[in-house]
Amino acid sequence: MPRMEVFIDHCKGCELCVDVCPAGVIEMVEEINKLGYHPAKYKGEGCTGCGFCFYACPEPDAITVYKKED
Amino acid sequence: MAKDILEKPKGFHDVYFYKPGDDKENTHYCPGCGHGTAHKLIAEALEDFGVADRTIMISPVGCSVFVYYYFATGNIQAAHGRAPAVGTGLKRANPDSIVISYQGDGDLGAIGGNNILQAANRGENITVFFINNAIYGMTGGQMAPTTLLGQKTMTTPYGRSIQNEGYPIKICELLASLESPTYLERVAITDTKHIMKARLAIRKAIKTQIDNKGFSLVEILSPCPTGWRMTPVDAKKWITEKMMDYFKLGVFKDLTKERKPYSPPKMNLNLDEVEEKLGLKEKPPTFPSTMSDIKEQYRNPRIKVAGFGGQGVLMLGNLLAETGMLHDYNVSWLPSYGPEMRGGTANCQVHIDEGQIGSPVVTDSTVLVAMNKPSLDKFEPDVVPGGLILYNTSMIDRKPERTDVEAIPVPATEMADEIGSLRVANMIMIGAYLQKTGILTKDSIFAALDIAIKHKQFIPMNRQAIEAGIEHVKNMD
Repeated sequence: MPRMEVFIDHCKGCELCVDVCPAGVIEMVEEINKLGYHPAKYKGEGCTGCGFCFYACPEPDAITVYKKED
Repeated sequence: MAKDILEKPKGFHDVYFYKPGDDKENTHYCPGCGHGTAHKLIAEALEDFGVADRTIMISPVGCSVFVYYYFATGNIQAAHGRAPAVGTGLKRANPDSIVISYQGDGDLGAIGGNNILQAANRGENITVFFINNAIYGMTGGQMAPTTLLGQKTMTTPYGRSIQNEGYPIKICELLASLESPTYLERVAITDTKHIMKARLAIRKAIKTQIDNKGFSLVEILSPCPTGWRMTPVDAKKWITEKMMDYFKLGVFKDLTKERKPYSPPKMNLNLDEVEEKLGLKEKPPTFPSTMSDIKEQYRNPRIKVAGFGGQGVLMLGNLLAETGMLHDYNVSWLPSYGPEMRGGTANCQVHIDEGQIGSPVVTDSTVLVAMNKPSLDKFEPDVVPGGLILYNTSMIDRKPERTDVEAIPVPATEMADEIGSLRVANMIMIGAYLQKTGILTKDSIFAALDIAIKHKQFIPMNRQAIEAGIEHVKNMD
């Protein structure tokens, strides 16, 4: 299954990935990361591997998208 | 998007080791900043084209001044707005490099407006990414040339008005009126559709340069949530609703198919040839130091030469410095002149020194050469006690008032007239100076004259004038 992954301590909590995700499978979490933001997180299923979140994310290393099963 | 894994592009450094502080993994950009997304698209293109190792990014002034933290490329930081000029030099000196100028709207549209215009008009084979976020972001959100009408900023608290600030500048439209640019497009970092269009435009612009097809620029409407006081999601909407209404997206010029690749001929710089061209082949004669043979007060002089423009004041100082070099002294020559080439006043400041020269400025002079009365009036008080004043009695109807200096009257203009040209009065003064002090010799002055005077037919008359100056001082003793 395709999936996306958020590197929690790179996320600045801008929510742009949540906004663009067509499948609605990204959410913001309660916990606060090292940078002081509520980071985004993959809900765990439903990712289609479209990559929208990757290109919307301004932080180079915060999101990785695995389009195929690994 | 043929890749199986979308991850941090290789166009970035793995670890941002140039970034100061402990955090070498995150950018310095605010949450939701458009720079991050634009960086990512550029870094991805550099990786995919395999050109990162021959790319030179030019940082602007603005938040993105630190692009060198992130990109695994060469980098030069240019003065505010000057990136296209710096890029021109980089590209011409290294035609194989990929030169990318990354600039904001204040940098490119305001202070660097003419730089971008001229580089585009020359059709320089460079790529410019123009980040338009409608304000000065780094300095706290002041009005930029691209600020929208009615938009409130720190410096337009009532909103930008046509009457006060004029219309926002449309850079793409402006540059599209030029013949030279090859590719101009405006894109926006908003939703996925537009980000993908931006991605293609960025790739096309870099490809244009790789193919040697000339100037390319992509204007990127980019969010500044912090400066706009909005959430990143709202900032994206603001671009869509407000910015895109005025700054229409699209391709403004695309001659990538029509233009033929042009790469400049390789320059094989031959040092011999360069020296020849610069006239460095013939080594000038050298002369021994004179300092220990002359009176203490004449050593290591700080000279001020002043007069009307056209009296050869700058030439006089230049020749003194040139001659000093032949004696292997350190010299400096600092001209200061008004806008009038003939008429007006001019002065220059010269150091001739056995030791190091701290500053080319002369404040308290040990020698004053005054070619006219205003110069004597103005600079006489600055001469140090025990200093030397040579003054042109043809033009000055008084003696120096100072009694603690040595004053040498020279009717330089009249003597020059007798020789045949008023314009050699400066040489009369040089002759007088060297005869008085002995710091330079007739031979060394003549040798320097050969170097300094371009029109060789004037050399005999100048020599004659120097001789006359020497004789004048000799006869005074």
